[in-house]
Amino acid sequence: MSESVITLRGVRADLGSRPVLRGIDLTVHRGEVVALLGANGSGKSTAIRTIIGQVPVSAGQIELFGTPRGRFRDWARVGYVPQRTTAAGGVPATVTEIVSSGRLSRARFGMLRKADHEAVRRALELVGMADRAKDSVNALSGGQHQRVLIARALAAEPELLIMDEPMAGVDLASQEVLARTLKDQVAQGTTVLLVLHELGPLEPLIDRAVVLRDGCVQHDGPPPRAVGQHALPGHDHVHPHSPDHEPMRTGLLS
Amino acid sequence: MDFLDYAFMQRALLAAVLVGITAPAVGIYLVQRRQALMGDGIGHVALTGVGLGFLLSWSPVWMATLVSVLGAVLMELIRWYGKTRGDIALAMLFYGGMAGGVLLINLAPGGSNANLTSYLFGSLSTVSQSDVTAICVLAAFVVLVTLGLRRQLFAVSQDEEFARVTGLPVRALNLLTAVTAAVTVTVAMRVVGLLLVSALMVVPVAAAQQLTRSFAATFAIAVAIGVTVTTGGTVTSYYQDVPPGATIVLLTIGAFIVLTGLATPLARRRARAAAAAQPAPDPAECAIPASRQADGPVGV
Repeated sequence: MSESVITLRGVRADLGSRPVLRGIDLTVHRGEVVALLGANGSGKSTAIRTIIGQVPVSAGQIELFGTPRGRFRDWARVGYVPQRTTAAGGVPATVTEIVSSGRLSRARFGMLRKADHEAVRRALELVGMADRAKDSVNALSGGQHQRVLIARALAAEPELLIMDEPMAGVDLASQEVLARTLKDQVAQGTTVLLVLHELGPLEPLIDRAVVLRDGCVQHDGPPPRAVGQHALPGHDHVHPHSPDHEPMRTGLLS
Repeated sequence: MDFLDYAFMQRALLAAVLVGITAPAVGIYLVQRRQALMGDGIGHVALTGVGLGFLLSWSPVWMATLVSVLGAVLMELIRWYGKTRGDIALAMLFYGGMAGGVLLINLAPGGSNANLTSYLFGSLSTVSQSDVTAICVLAAFVVLVTLGLRRQLFAVSQDEEFARVTGLPVRALNLLTAVTAAVTVTVAMRVVGLLLVSALMVVPVAAAQQLTRSFAATFAIAVAIGVTVTTGGTVTSYYQDVPPGATIVLLTIGAFIVLTGLATPLARRRARAAAAAQPAPDPAECAIPASRQADGPVGV
């Protein structure tokens, strides 16, 4: 197998006194597209946030490009798309200003040169938002906002993309743009780890699915095919997730 | 322009201009991270520094700087570690700082609450030459940080989680923001006073936002408003014999109200322009299918 880009070994993490990850093993190889699936509260977002260092781990090891995460400094190789809710400031900002932040990992002392501004413009073109470059992000729809956040991650021209629910609350037109953008990135050899609630329009891109349940890996292998009604195009997947119910019913494991 | 002949007015105007620049320059990052009232908290803590300065016969401005920087660092640490009862810890820090100042100043020989008034509400006409020197040095630091590191501070204040993945030293930048805010509070202390500092950090930014779509323009307009109201307030207080601190703050709020009034038609015009630019605008209201309309109210 080729070089591993992300490695998690026996990773445990707690939020308060509650264990959220209870010994996760996960490897993502170069060029792979891996989907992290699971019900709400299964720990998939927490797993991603331990990889980027936002949530501390209580046990286990994490490696990025073969380097222990604590000593990893080459952040320009990583593009991150957080859940959309985290990126709202109290001051207006234009699309270009937001996307330029993504280029800081390649800029020295925060100085953006001509090549950096060009990279920002290219990233905006990739997601079809170049014509909105000077607009305030507050004027955008949810799907357009998500495209801006993906452009921000792409501005650094990363080798690895980590995305947390990139399709959540995104209109159909934006979903298509995002799927196409992601397909182009994958074709260029970008490695992708993404949290998804369901495979949806990204299904053909996904090489492997890792399903979490209660902070443990329950399935690691080819993406389970949707069956029956779940496989119909445009099937809208809405169902409640309460701890008392069957925790997973995404049609992925049946 | 006869006021320019007086040395005390020259010092007062210089201090006012520097505060007009620095307070909104730091305030914009506080507003962006939704910590608009942090300046107010630091102002309370700075009072202990003023009291300590009187007690030890050291410069109150430098002591206030030292204590408010320590207070700001402590607040940032509470934000990291004290997740559960952070607000209670902050409340204790704020009011402890204020009570400490009152207590210390009364312990100082010949000190009384009267000495505090000029720090609580500002006392622009008594700004001394050494105060001006201190204000210049501190203001230079604030401008250097807020302009020189604007891209980094913008990224961290906008989205801390993302900033971490760009490799920015998030904790160091958060601490630097807190320290810079503390320094700004002491710069502004002699001009508008500790109790009114926060207004000058927040209101010009809020006023500028009414007109702008970008962070850069908000920054520039907020500083322009800051300088206008601080010099305007200082000159007004010379002619009308009103306290400059209060005048400046009320002028700032006046600017906010005027700009909000101007912004409403501007926003409408922008919305119209945006709608015209869209090739196929969505209808403003949902069309009800004819068949359903005919059925009358839909029962569920």
